[in-house]
Amino acid sequence: MTAMNQALTLPLAPPRLPWTRRALTWTRSQLFPSAGHSLLTLGVIALLCWCVPAALNWLVFDATFVGEHARDCNPAGACWLPITQRWNLFVYGFYPQAEQWRVTLSFVLAGSAFGLLFFKRLDRRLLLAYLALLPIVMWWLLKGGAGLPEVSSTRFAGMLVTVFLGTAGMIFALPLGILLALGRRSKLPVVRLLCVLYIELVRSVPVISLLFMASLMIQLFLPPGSAFDILLRVQLVLILFTAAYMAETLRGGLQNLPRGQYEAAQALGFGYWKTMGQIILPQVLKQSIAPLLTQFIGLFKETTLVMIVGVLDIVGIAMSTAVTPEWVEYGHEIYVFLAIYFFVICFALSRYARHLEQRMEQSRS
Amino acid sequence: MISKAKSDPALMVRIEQLNKWFGNAHVLKNISLNVEAGEKVVICGPSGSGKSTLIRCINQLEQHQQGTVEVLGEELNGSVKGLERIRRQVGMCFQHFNLFPHLTVLKNCTLAQTSNLGVPQDQAIERALSLLDKVKMRDHANKFPSQLSGGQQQRIAIARALCMQPKVMLFDEPTSALDPEMIAEVLEVMTSLAHEGMTMICVTHEMGFARKVADRIVFMDQGEIVEEAPPERFFSAPESPRTQRFLSQIINHGVHAQ
Ligand SMILES: Nc1ncnc2c1ncn2[C@@H]1O[C@H](COP(=O)(O)OP(=O)(O)OP(=O)(O)O)[C@@H](O)[C@H]1O
Ligand SMILES: [Mg+2]
Repeated sequence: MTAMNQALTLPLAPPRLPWTRRALTWTRSQLFPSAGHSLLTLGVIALLCWCVPAALNWLVFDATFVGEHARDCNPAGACWLPITQRWNLFVYGFYPQAEQWRVTLSFVLAGSAFGLLFFKRLDRRLLLAYLALLPIVMWWLLKGGAGLPEVSSTRFAGMLVTVFLGTAGMIFALPLGILLALGRRSKLPVVRLLCVLYIELVRSVPVISLLFMASLMIQLFLPPGSAFDILLRVQLVLILFTAAYMAETLRGGLQNLPRGQYEAAQALGFGYWKTMGQIILPQVLKQSIAPLLTQFIGLFKETTLVMIVGVLDIVGIAMSTAVTPEWVEYGHEIYVFLAIYFFVICFALSRYARHLEQRMEQSRS
Repeated sequence: MISKAKSDPALMVRIEQLNKWFGNAHVLKNISLNVEAGEKVVICGPSGSGKSTLIRCINQLEQHQQGTVEVLGEELNGSVKGLERIRRQVGMCFQHFNLFPHLTVLKNCTLAQTSNLGVPQDQAIERALSLLDKVKMRDHANKFPSQLSGGQQQRIAIARALCMQPKVMLFDEPTSALDPEMIAEVLEVMTSLAHEGMTMICVTHEMGFARKVADRIVFMDQGEIVEEAPPERFFSAPESPRTQRFLSQIINHGVHAQ
């Protein structure tokens, strides 16, 4: 009787095999389940054996990290000197040396926003306030005024441009996208028409032409003499452009949410904004994490297009480095560095989205 | 004559000459229905007869085109602010529960209180827990709706509506999406609610429940109220042949009757 009770209450654990056996079964079932699979597995292993050591040798083991001139480079490996030597330029652009702490500080602020997003316990209002203020504070730090010496934005270049455009772009594009998506489904015909018109117009024009318009045409509409900072203009274009795409993503989510959710909220006396803010959008945003992330990453990479209208972002600095006589031979390294730079940031974003999704999964089961 | 009914303070819901169209389909035809405080009205009728549409006009989930709908002495028309105030006093339970899947059971029950009634958080939680207790779901307060059975979800939906301390409760086929063994637990909650004196308007095919609880049964067919009678007379001596046909069908198919 007691034995039977015990058997009933003890959870039945799956039989544990020794790890060697488990490794063997795993290998067999995952890597060599059939002749075709085995061939593929062997092929991939061969490919990796062939290119990984070569790549590592070139990138790290035979590479030159310290030195001053092109002649210090080991010709067998990569030469990272154009980057290390011009690191300051890559990061701060032409920002005056004495004021560079402001750039560093704004990087730290942007970075800590990313860090804060990982804290589950943080009060949501605090986080939102931080995010809302971040672009403004960053702009003030970078540009100066109100106590800080002013720095002309023609001196902005390099990572500083990418990070500023990326961060502020993401922070403003999402709320604007949400408003547009809601407007597109609004009951008010004028609001709906405006939103549809806006979204369709923006989506049917390449971002490059929008950037050109921003850099050339806006000047025509503004009163003469008033200068609207070029960096802010391209920032505006990036935000407006990304928001239109986000609006479409979110509209899909809004449409797919069962009508019963709206009805239950209405029946409980929620008004329009409360229904959206507390019932509908939390569900839609959660479902849309993956496509929104794609757009965030897209935005981040599109910041490189600002080069076309004369703003030197990190790609601009890289290209100008690649054509200086001293480093003209090291174009490969410079572009590999760019690839790594963008990969690291986009990969971090993608990991964060994954983390968010998992956190929401966990809170439901 | 309209003003006479209007001045009756015991009237919770007053519907006069209500007409509603979906496009060209005339789905509610000259409906008049009064519900007094504490009354339990069961609405039944064949599928597509307009039961849901009628009950949804009472909290304006559907807008009517003609006639008067008056709830708690206030006429419902286009004005939004008044509508939200009325909706907070009219609870509704749906066929498919419509709990908010991103919130815990407890939060489902407190959100509307704190956000729409301005009840302080701790008071809202207290009220929610006592009502969850009443529907025997207090132990599940921290779960999410997706972790619960249909019957449990429907009981929570009832508790959620009751948290607003409504004066009238509307039920739109609350048990018809449930497996038979879960129907009883939901009906039990509804019956005890009825015994406490709640005003209830209930679309259902549970004839056993109707016989036991209803003060009046309203039979609808093709957008009209065909017959309106207390349960004894409704079941024993239905007047209209349409009612007779409906009752014989429902009793022959047996599932819903007792
Ligand atoms: N949103 C809508 N748009 C168009 N027609 C509708 C809509 N909702 C309901 N109808 C139509 O109105 C009529 C009445 O529908 P209603 O849902 O009120 O019926 P019901 O009596 O609740 O039926 P059931 O027992 O199947 O729930 C039906 O003919 C239905 O097709
Ligand atoms: Mg119905």
